[in-house]
Amino acid sequence: MEARFHIAYPGFTLDVDLHLPDKGVTAVFGPSGCGKTTLLRCVAGLERAPRGFLSVGGAVWQDESRKLFFPTHKRSLGIVFQEASLFPHLSVRKNLEYGMKRAGNTEGDGFDAMLDFLGIHALLDRAPDRLSGGERQRVAIARALLTRPHLLLMDEPLAALDVKRKQEILPYLERLHDELSIPVLYVSHAPDEVARLADHLVLIDNGQATASGPLVETLARVDLQHAFADDAGVVIEATVAAHERDDLTRLEFPGGKLYVGHRDKLPGSRVRCRIHASDVSLALTAHDDSSILNVLPATVQAVAATEIPSHVLVQLRLPGEGAPLLLARITERSRAALDIAPGKEVIAQIKAVALLA
Amino acid sequence: MHSSLTAIWLTVKLATLVTVLLLFIGTPIAWWLSRTRSWLKGPVGAVVTLPLVLPPTVIGFYLLLLMGPHGPVGQAMESVGLSRLPFSFAGLVVASVFYSLPFVVQPIQNAFEAMGSRPLEVAASLRASPWDRFFTVALPLARPGMLTAAILGFAHTVGEFGVVLMIGGNIPGKTQVLSVKIFDYVETMQYEQAHWLAGGMVCFSFLVLLLLYSGRKKSAWV
Repeated sequence: MEARFHIAYPGFTLDVDLHLPDKGVTAVFGPSGCGKTTLLRCVAGLERAPRGFLSVGGAVWQDESRKLFFPTHKRSLGIVFQEASLFPHLSVRKNLEYGMKRAGNTEGDGFDAMLDFLGIHALLDRAPDRLSGGERQRVAIARALLTRPHLLLMDEPLAALDVKRKQEILPYLERLHDELSIPVLYVSHAPDEVARLADHLVLIDNGQATASGPLVETLARVDLQHAFADDAGVVIEATVAAHERDDLTRLEFPGGKLYVGHRDKLPGSRVRCRIHASDVSLALTAHDDSSILNVLPATVQAVAATEIPSHVLVQLRLPGEGAPLLLARITERSRAALDIAPGKEVIAQIKAVALLA
Repeated sequence: MHSSLTAIWLTVKLATLVTVLLLFIGTPIAWWLSRTRSWLKGPVGAVVTLPLVLPPTVIGFYLLLLMGPHGPVGQAMESVGLSRLPFSFAGLVVASVFYSLPFVVQPIQNAFEAMGSRPLEVAASLRASPWDRFFTVALPLARPGMLTAAILGFAHTVGEFGVVLMIGGNIPGKTQVLSVKIFDYVETMQYEQAHWLAGGMVCFSFLVLLLLYSGRKKSAWV
């Protein structure tokens, strides 16, 4: 997928040139007002960038050099907006059929499977105002997917939900991530959602794309950490290795192992965990008199300043082929005391591992 | 009594016809006003609202000039063999459409504006073409506004007097509507007949407004 847009508004200009994967979830991350929603609207054809080019899966939807522009209804895409956007005058069933009919999915291909997938069978004959926020979003997702789009756009689909509803809907989004064969553009300003759902990450700041790359690598970059502020941290993809006697679950990944509290995941299943930079401290020698369980030997790869002058961010390489990077946030004083610099061998002590999902 | 019934029947016929016409004319105008970014929005909106502030006699006067034998509309109609509009039922219809236009356009415009562009964007993402979106999303969502518009347009047409007098005169069975008939009764000192009609008008107007106000819990207008 290729997207180039230049569009100027009073006081704000979006100017991006992106090459995005044709599969998987691409998170578009940035603070509010940075232009990520405008980018999504340009992709959707809801805004027309005077200088723009967009191709999805080889099909060109916009090429202003040839004055080519497909309006939204001629693009094979689905959109899930932030707030409930079901048609209030139609039942859930009619809402679902609205798009199916127009997209030519008249024989109802995958209708039942989709209802099962999103758990909305029981809601079919209800009116949208009789649904909870989470249910409404699930119906909106089903409605979009039943048009069998080539691209799914999600504009902060969880932002309007409370924490409980978010937890209720996230597993569905995760399954979507695992099973969907079309690319998804997921706009969000919540680092947690991004860490959980994305494969590819685009950072937008002030109308510009400051980074675009695979999630795990991009999150570990020290030069981008201002975008995440306090939420700096890496994502590690691991395999559940075993459930141990004392109610701990052992995860393994190239470069080491991690212990987390017991989770109901079958050994062998893939999981993602997130390690915040502020949860990682450094030592020069391994202590066996420490309560910290997750201790990994690592090599310092880079040191970078943070927005807080007394703190620095240390990027660490774990041993082994294809091992992920870690980030540690430590004080400048400790850095000087331990003489931490690129190439130095250290021990990373991880105070907390958040298992996502 | 018979002439009163004739006036009532004529009034109902006029108001119904005008309301139907206004919904057809007013809806596209309201749609355009609610969506356009053109500089014409201001001027067009002002023109549509003019009848709200102008004395009916002013509107009647200019319509009379326009549609009369020396006016451009009058001459054009004559040249294609149509009878002149002033002092005819058709003339009343045309004048009433002008006069009641703001009462129909405004509630519909407000309904279109209140729904915002989101439902239409959603419909577009579900492959609905612009016409399709208008008929399957915009119109159904604007239904409360359309209902308000129809009621207001009907009631306002029933209640008009000045324009009717200017353009239609006072021809029984042809242009003598209720309000004019009451005027007639009062002028000829037939107070009892005047009471029946005037009292009936008060009741009718009250019922219409009651219907409107108790039915608009969910819908927003004006």
